Amino acid sequence: MAYSDKVVDHYNNPRNVGSMDKADPNVGTGMVGAPECGDVMKLQIKVNPATHIIEDAKFKTFGCGSAIASSSLATEWLKGKTVDEALDIKNTDIVNELALPPVKIHCSVLAEDAIKAAISDYKAKSTVETAVTA
Amino acid sequence: MKLPIYLDNHATTPLDPRVLDAMMPYFTEHFGNAASRNHAFGWAAEEAVEKARKQIASLIGANAKEIIFTSGATESNNLAIKGVAQMYAEKGNHIITAATEHKAVLDTCKHLEKEGVRITYLPVMGDGRIDLDMLREAITDKTILVSIMYANNEMGVIQPVAEIGKICKEKGILFHCDAVQAVGKIPVNVITDGIDIMSITAHKLYGPKGVGALYVRRRNPRVQLTAQMDGGGHERGMRSGTLNVAGIVGLGAACEIAEKEMTQEIARASALRDRLRAKLEAALEETYINGSLEHRLPHNLNMSFAYVEGESLLMGINDIAVSSGSACTSATLEPSYVLKAMGLGDDLAHTSIRFGIGRFNTEEEIDYTAEKMIQVVNKLRELSPLWEMFKDGVDLSKVQWTAH
Repeated sequence: MAYSDKVVDHYNNPRNVGSMDKADPNVGTGMVGAPECGDVMKLQIKVNPATHIIEDAKFKTFGCGSAIASSSLATEWLKGKTVDEALDIKNTDIVNELALPPVKIHCSVLAEDAIKAAISDYKAKSTVETAVTA
Repeated sequence: MKLPIYLDNHATTPLDPRVLDAMMPYFTEHFGNAASRNHAFGWAAEEAVEKARKQIASLIGANAKEIIFTSGATESNNLAIKGVAQMYAEKGNHIITAATEHKAVLDTCKHLEKEGVRITYLPVMGDGRIDLDMLREAITDKTILVSIMYANNEMGVIQPVAEIGKICKEKGILFHCDAVQAVGKIPVNVITDGIDIMSITAHKLYGPKGVGALYVRRRNPRVQLTAQMDGGGHERGMRSGTLNVAGIVGLGAACEIAEKEMTQEIARASALRDRLRAKLEAALEETYINGSLEHRLPHNLNMSFAYVEGESLLMGINDIAVSSGSACTSATLEPSYVLKAMGLGDDLAHTSIRFGIGRFNTEEEIDYTAEKMIQVVNKLRELSPLWEMFKDGVDLSKVQWTAH
């Protein structure tokens, strides 16, 4: 199968690879997928608690080139958005941007799931924080 | 060194230039129909076909009269299994095969199942070989055929063929062997291996695509097959259709070369294979060889690179042609059924790569492949959350994954 130029670019030069401290209250971590299914994505966001703006995003992905590209693209899009804006990112946006073929749509779904999981982890943490401070 | 490098010789092999030279005249001046009995054009074609029959028979220890030409291994397997099931239907309706067989065998068996034939699919052990005791236990008084491959196309594991042949002989059951990956690569002998019917294809031994053969035993016992195509009654009535003379000449020439050069080729291929394996294992941790190393084709290496998904690995080594057992590289989106049948977890099946070394690969190509593999595996592990967890001492089998 031929890959689109954008998928190849993200695969060769993945953006924002890495890990952040899970224990940091401003960091939300989402891990989705399973090794048995052939793809696991870990996506992390660092949020400014005052502005709710995502200041940094990192990923690590075990999966095919399209899965790597989908998560790499997601981290690019997340940076600079507010948490609520980030929730508007849809898997179809990723499909269109990367020109993913039908058999690779699940990679984009996984990336959307990873974004949602990271945000809900961050929200759960900050609610606890707020509760403790209050 | 020329790129890309071809290391997928279990899928197909390049045509040996010597084979092409032998074939060429049969496309042009000797274009006759081998079935034309009354002129020189037909005689020339028939002579070439009979020479090829002898070349093939010589390689596998058979008699030339026992070679039936087909279009390839899929047809040979269909003709063998369906032909026996129909011809011996009065004797019984039970066939034994194995879970790791090629789809051309498995799907033929599934087809027969719908027609009321009972099929036993033997499991394989961790090394990829069948358990001979399980084979003995599976045999009933209704069993008419055992169909087990010589060597596997994914992991190169060689089955205990001679022992299977012996068991079949004792019980008076026919033994069909899909020997596509083995013929021309390792010594195969239908007498000492006790094989009654055997599938061969030209394009896996440096011959052309679209031509194959079926060995059908004529004595002790005399095997009969029900033809699967109606027509002119060619090939002792078992396979009608005008013979593909040029292709058959190619198959014959390929067999003759393989017979002459086998000893050196085995030594050369296994040295390259061991070199590749040693380099990969020296530089990378968490690699696993899939299937028996002892009972294995000399030119096969099937290895899992834990925590790196196969398709992403192929993408990184795109100037090297190999295959992966990863789901993403298959049409079904399921990881390799062969590796699963061996008890390999889906997680490792997704990370497997099959290297198939061939006649024309060089040491330089092997070294380039090893270097590139090491570089890409290391890069992808840096990207892999599983590798990070493994390095942090997390037991991945205890993690609650969100399957999708």
